[in-house]
Amino acid sequence: MEHTDLLVDYSRAQFALTALYHWIFVPLTLGLTFIIAIMETIYVKTLDEKWKTITKYWMGLLAINFAIGLATGIIMEFEFGTNWSNYSWIVGDIFGAPLAIEGLMAFFMESTFFAVMFFGWDKVSKRAHLTSTWLVAIGSNLSALWILIANGWMQHPVGMKFNPDSARNEMENFAAVVFNPNAVSKFLHTISSGYVLASLFVISISAWYLLKKRDVAFAKKSIVVAASFGLITSILMLTTGDESAHQVALNQPMKLAAMEGLYKGEERAGIVAFGLLESEKEINDDLDPFKFMFEIPGALSFLGYHDINAFVPGIDDLILGNEKHNIISVKEKMIIGKKAVQALSDYKKFKKEGNTLAMNEALKTFRATSHYMGYGYLKKPEGALPDVALTFYSFHIMVAAGSWFLVLFILILYFSMKNELTNKKWLLRLGVITLPLGYAAQECGWIVAEVGRQPWAIQDLLPVGMATSNVGSTSVMITFWLFAILFTALLIAEVKIMLKQISIGPEGH
Amino acid sequence: MKSLHWVYSLYYDGFVNMRVGKTLWLLIAFKLFIMFAVMKWLFFPNIMQENFQTDQERSNYILEQLTKDN
Repeated sequence: MEHTDLLVDYSRAQFALTALYHWIFVPLTLGLTFIIAIMETIYVKTLDEKWKTITKYWMGLLAINFAIGLATGIIMEFEFGTNWSNYSWIVGDIFGAPLAIEGLMAFFMESTFFAVMFFGWDKVSKRAHLTSTWLVAIGSNLSALWILIANGWMQHPVGMKFNPDSARNEMENFAAVVFNPNAVSKFLHTISSGYVLASLFVISISAWYLLKKRDVAFAKKSIVVAASFGLITSILMLTTGDESAHQVALNQPMKLAAMEGLYKGEERAGIVAFGLLESEKEINDDLDPFKFMFEIPGALSFLGYHDINAFVPGIDDLILGNEKHNIISVKEKMIIGKKAVQALSDYKKFKKEGNTLAMNEALKTFRATSHYMGYGYLKKPEGALPDVALTFYSFHIMVAAGSWFLVLFILILYFSMKNELTNKKWLLRLGVITLPLGYAAQECGWIVAEVGRQPWAIQDLLPVGMATSNVGSTSVMITFWLFAILFTALLIAEVKIMLKQISIGPEGH
Repeated sequence: MKSLHWVYSLYYDGFVNMRVGKTLWLLIAFKLFIMFAVMKWLFFPNIMQENFQTDQERSNYILEQLTKDN
């Protein structure tokens, strides 16, 4: 059976669907556990029973989110084994270690401390309970660390060597994989965005109570904790976002160019504050990439390279090459990549023949060319270009939303401190309706990360077309729709249970 | 023995006294059943485990895939 575009597209769509659904639940858990831990700390410090009620209420909503989201990530493991078996084999050793640590950590942390946190209120001392709550928060975030180390490696593969005998990437340097700058910045940016989402979640529900004039004291206390946490973590999110962009500029320049719709590279490149892309735009034509746009001069050079005068390569430079800036074209990379594939093929052949000398020569050629091996599988240079419109709009929605969240947290804190929040109905309404925007920003972030790095399953080394299994596209299509139905049902269930609990309120909880 | 009993009662009392939790556990059980008993079994075989006996066969297959156009 041959790989078909349909199979690759459905395999990607299925993985994207499961990842996006999974990511509805995860960031809330990452952040809400910390907010709950802070609330419980206030309870233990003050011994004010109101804080215990507040803590238990948000813990209940956390439980709903956790239960519905539980095991949605396991489906991705299924998909690795079935639809992405080539990929799973090739990355096995690199992925194996972080994912095994994540599995063990998640299992022990979640089964032990979650139980104490939910069931142990009257069974353990206040301090032991508080410790469990903090450990749940830290543990769930550490779980995310290992997953994001694995993801960071795909975006910037380091610390490994491809073994042409086993056809696997084998880990040479565990520290290089763990401290991969791409993984570190991705982890910090991802968890901080989760904290912001959890803050919006608490603000949205509390604002609703305030608008309804019920459970006012509870809502006012909750909203201050959430807005304070949201403000601090928003700053962390913006800072780590800056570092993430810097890493993208260094290791995935095509993604950065797509994020900004930049076709012709330039010095003092600007960031598009807002704009509408020209849909007819092609590589190296004379059309303006934008129907209209407003940009901040020099900001992209500064964001990407921390130098306002730096040259930022555009899509045309990266596809066609730019001699002045020492950028080789995709066509040249494809030639190098094909040499790597040929050398691997020769190595295999000479090994079979027992010709050690020729085998070593082939291996030498492979080692010298394998950094562009993935380009050897591209059919044409344009194949190295991700979906520019999807990447561009997702990035700009994420940035605009993230900036608005910061303003929202400041406004809520300001009016809370002046004790005027309950009178500011417009702000409370904004607080309620911002929550869906928070979820949209989360998903957009992942679209930027994953669509922006196409066509690569492993950056520069393995395109998605070579990473998929030779399975029937029909079965992938069936499971795609099964997942779509199952996950939508779960989402409806979560929202219904969650809304019911919110309408019952903290007193009836 | 005493600590085992404590752990048992932690979980037992926790589950017995749950309100929303019971609905959630039903949902979890339903979801896990669909995922593992239906989807995994029917649609998600581990290709490399099922189609090949040894790691050498798996390696050869992947090398074949990586170099088949050469």
